[in-house]
Amino acid sequence: MGLVMPNPGTIIWMIIIFAIVLFILKKFAWKPILNALKEREESIAHALNSAEEAKKEVAGLKADNEKIIAEARREKDAILKEAKELKDKIVAEAKEKAAQEAQKTIDEARQQIDAEKTAAINTIKKQVAELSVMIAEKVIRKELAEKGEQEKMVDGLIDDIKLN
Amino acid sequence: MLKLSKSYVITVAFLLFSFSALFAQHTNEGEHAQASESHAAASHEEAFSAGDFVIDHVSDSYDWHITSWGETHVSIPLPIILYSKHPELHDGKAFHVFMSSKFHHGHDAYKGFKISQSEDFKGKIVELDANGHEIGKPIDVSITKAIAGVLASVVILFWLLFSMARSAKRNKGRAPRGVQNLLEPIILFIRDEVAKPAIGEHKYEKFMPFLLSLFFFILINNFMGLIPIVPFGANVTGNISVTMVLALFTFFVTTINGNKHYWKEIYNPDVPWWLKFPIPLMPIVELSGVITKPFVLMVRLFANMMAGHLIVMVFISLIFVFGSLFGPAVGLGASPVSIVFSVFILLLDVLVSFIQAYVFTLLSALYFGMATSDHH
Repeated sequence: MGLVMPNPGTIIWMIIIFAIVLFILKKFAWKPILNALKEREESIAHALNSAEEAKKEVAGLKADNEKIIAEARREKDAILKEAKELKDKIVAEAKEKAAQEAQKTIDEARQQIDAEKTAAINTIKKQVAELSVMIAEKVIRKELAEKGEQEKMVDGLIDDIKLN
Repeated sequence: MLKLSKSYVITVAFLLFSFSALFAQHTNEGEHAQASESHAAASHEEAFSAGDFVIDHVSDSYDWHITSWGETHVSIPLPIILYSKHPELHDGKAFHVFMSSKFHHGHDAYKGFKISQSEDFKGKIVELDANGHEIGKPIDVSITKAIAGVLASVVILFWLLFSMARSAKRNKGRAPRGVQNLLEPIILFIRDEVAKPAIGEHKYEKFMPFLLSLFFFILINNFMGLIPIVPFGANVTGNISVTMVLALFTFFVTTINGNKHYWKEIYNPDVPWWLKFPIPLMPIVELSGVITKPFVLMVRLFANMMAGHLIVMVFISLIFVFGSLFGPAVGLGASPVSIVFSVFILLLDVLVSFIQAYVFTLLSALYFGMATSDHH
């Protein structure tokens, strides 16, 4: 057989065989193989994507966490500040109230003292008056034991009235 | 790394083994040649004909010759299928199917058919008239050695790819296993390095089954041709009929898928008008390009594989050339050199097998890319 002359019989058989091979391989080999390859690639790409997304999510969570912590810290500071102010206010108020109370007590005490003093003075005045009258009575009794004396006194009194 | 070097050693060992088998086979050939020589010695001295020896072994044949021992030929008979235009010469029947063993290795005629030894039809089956003269060839669709080799390769191809398909189905979405690991890198290479760049990201999928089938078909047949044990060793991809059919398939796929732009580039390319009118110079050039592309594919694969087989055969036949010229001792002395060179060429052929399968596939993909591209 000539080496470079195509042989019709071989060509016919080759066409039949290769066509059948193409058909069968396409249908039963390449389809599942290429599909499996594609599927695997897609699933890997998908897995990588979701890993990336998860990473982003975690980063987002971290940022969120930091934000939340900062917020909490700020809030804590605010609450502390408020509490301090409140305390100061309460203390101040308490001080003021105490001072007022003390003032009031002092005032009341003073008034009472004044009242007691007045009452005491009045009592003393009354006793002094009574004592004076008693003394005067005794003096007068002693003085006016003699008749001459009585007249002298009446005259003296009348003189005083005339003078007026 | 260890695994790799191990597989390398196995490959080399296998090749050496294959080669030694090949060598053994041809030693027997040689002895046969020498034996027949001694038979014919009475009439005239018949030297060892290296040319015939080499050509016989790379040519297609009607039976699958394994070995000859003295006058005993061992070969696998293959079916002969003939349709004759002269049924009266063959027991009144036009259509004949019989095994090639009926010819007794080309020595006998059977039912008016004979393997010709004449200049015009050498090696082909011819019809004989009543007087035993050759009158021409019948329509011959015999399963020759090349076709039988193709069938053997197809069995291996199917076995490989179906087992891969099975494991691909079973291992959906998981890491590849077993034969998948062997073939997947090749498939991915064809897809990502050949089909995608040549055809384009969007259209390549349609051509993938064809390109992959083409690549594996050529690759398996190239390899099978290198293994000289039956059912391998048929020079399939070094047979021009086979490469012609492969190229024709590429041609038809290209032509069927050619879009408007592709045909416009052929019949009305963007060149100055005087190149198209009055003589359609460019269209003729372009049209001849359409034909030469598959032609070049056919010749390249055929010539490369044929050359590889030829060189291996020539190195082996050197042993017998020396043997018949200077005596058996010199032939034996030359054999180590021949063996070393043959092993080297065989290893080179392994590389060439890959390269040629790749080139054929790549060029097919490029033609498909040209046929389906939308713009320059």
